[in-house]
Amino acid sequence: MLELKNISYDAEDGKEILQDISLKIDDRFVAITGPNGGGKSTLAKIIAGINRPSAGQIFLDGEDITDLSVTERANRGISYAFQQPVRFKGLRVKDLLALASGRGSGLNDSCEILSEVGLCARDYMDRELNDSLSGGEMKRIEIAMILARGTGLSVFDEPEAGIDLWSFQNLIRVFEKMYQQTRGSILIISHQERILNIADKIVYIKDGRMEQYGSREEILPGLLANTATTCQVLNEKLEVR
Amino acid sequence: MAIDAIQMSLLKEVAELDALPVGAYNIRANGKSAARNTTANIDIVTKTDKPGIDIIIKPGTKNESVHIPVVLSEAGLKEMVYNDFIIGEDCDIVIIAGCGIHSCGGSDSEHSGIHSFRVGKNAKVRYIEKHYGEGGGDAERGKRVMNPTTEVFLEEGASMEMEATQISGIDDTVRKTTAVLAAGSSLVIHEKVMTTGTQSAVSDFTADLNGEGCSCNIISRTVAKDKSKQEFISVLNGNAACAGHSECDSIIMDDAKVLASPRLSASCTEASLIHEAAIGKIAGEQLIKLMTLGLTEQEAEEQIVNGFLK
Repeated sequence: MLELKNISYDAEDGKEILQDISLKIDDRFVAITGPNGGGKSTLAKIIAGINRPSAGQIFLDGEDITDLSVTERANRGISYAFQQPVRFKGLRVKDLLALASGRGSGLNDSCEILSEVGLCARDYMDRELNDSLSGGEMKRIEIAMILARGTGLSVFDEPEAGIDLWSFQNLIRVFEKMYQQTRGSILIISHQERILNIADKIVYIKDGRMEQYGSREEILPGLLANTATTCQVLNEKLEVR
Repeated sequence: MAIDAIQMSLLKEVAELDALPVGAYNIRANGKSAARNTTANIDIVTKTDKPGIDIIIKPGTKNESVHIPVVLSEAGLKEMVYNDFIIGEDCDIVIIAGCGIHSCGGSDSEHSGIHSFRVGKNAKVRYIEKHYGEGGGDAERGKRVMNPTTEVFLEEGASMEMEATQISGIDDTVRKTTAVLAAGSSLVIHEKVMTTGTQSAVSDFTADLNGEGCSCNIISRTVAKDKSKQEFISVLNGNAACAGHSECDSIIMDDAKVLASPRLSASCTEASLIHEAAIGKIAGEQLIKLMTLGLTEQEAEEQIVNGFLK
């Protein structure tokens, strides 16, 4: 179980990005949603250890991990899928899957994992993670790495961002399947209704504050009803129409 | 002359040899020829006017290989060797060269080699060259120096692929490669260099693309660590309807220095020449990505460097 206690984060220029966020995540599938620039990605990075909170504590299964490094958190069972997957010249898909699984690259395991994300192992195992892969392919490989790790907590930062419509349909299936199969917890930042639809709980973050946190049934209808934009001027224009 | 254990381990490093190779070979150890074999199609002849050998490959020779490794295990040995390859028309062969220096004494060891390749019409050559140094403490030992010069002459339709690797143990190197390309010929060079400590490495390529439809592609990947210095120079001269591309990609770390100077010149409107040069440190997000997979920062750095030079 992951628990955040009074987490705040100030950017280097002093701007408050997150204010006093407290939540417990012990469900299988929790979605974080909310307007752009609200602090969702920062929260994910704080959980992974990439950003250090200005105040507050983080507990994983009862242990205070606030001061642990990225590596230490990874080894305690936190996985983090980047919103913008990182490219590596020279490292191949099979190298990264082997590093992710912590074992030698067992071809069978890797083949199964790549199939899960809709890629054929024969075509992709020896591909380098360089500019020759498309954004959608990179996203799938990023997800495959998280599957290969199989840790207790998997954090995904907007897995659907930058994916075309056709790839998106397949991606949703990957998460629907992951939901059925996972034994740990999945924390996913997303704006997509279909992803929110399979969440056990939804966290709504706006302007650095957690405005709502509850079951999908409680939160989702309100979010879908209130689709107006956050810009006052734009709202007024829409109302005039 | 017998090959001792140190020389054997150097041979394994530079030519991946555990035993005498199959096919033609000439092994040079401490300035002398230690073993040689010729085949029906490949002759190896000692030069009479200067140190070195002529390797003569009959036209039409296919699927054969030549190993010509050099090992130095005596400190203070300095040598200059001339090896000339005469490759007949329509050949398809692999040449594996390489030089290993094991130094434990106080004086400098130096191997300079001039390899020239005359590649006949429509012949295909794959040339693999690996440089490696080891042995001795860093403070007391002599320098290990290698200065390879490669001269390539490609006749019509000939092609050559060259892989040059220098990953560790060479203190000072100046690598010069020149190539002259006739119509329809092609040259691909892959170079990998890593320097550490106070090592210095210079790579200097010049290719004259003289024949219509010829092409040259130079790809250099290097890593400079500690206080080492690297310099990459590539000159492509497009004198006909040709395609030339050179690429130098370097990772710089610590207090290292890297200088890349690609140069292009064209004297024909149909020449198409491109160069790309990039120098940069390891991206922070690459380190973080691997750390989120459970690697320490140092392990992540090793993986990135190894992958880059693979």
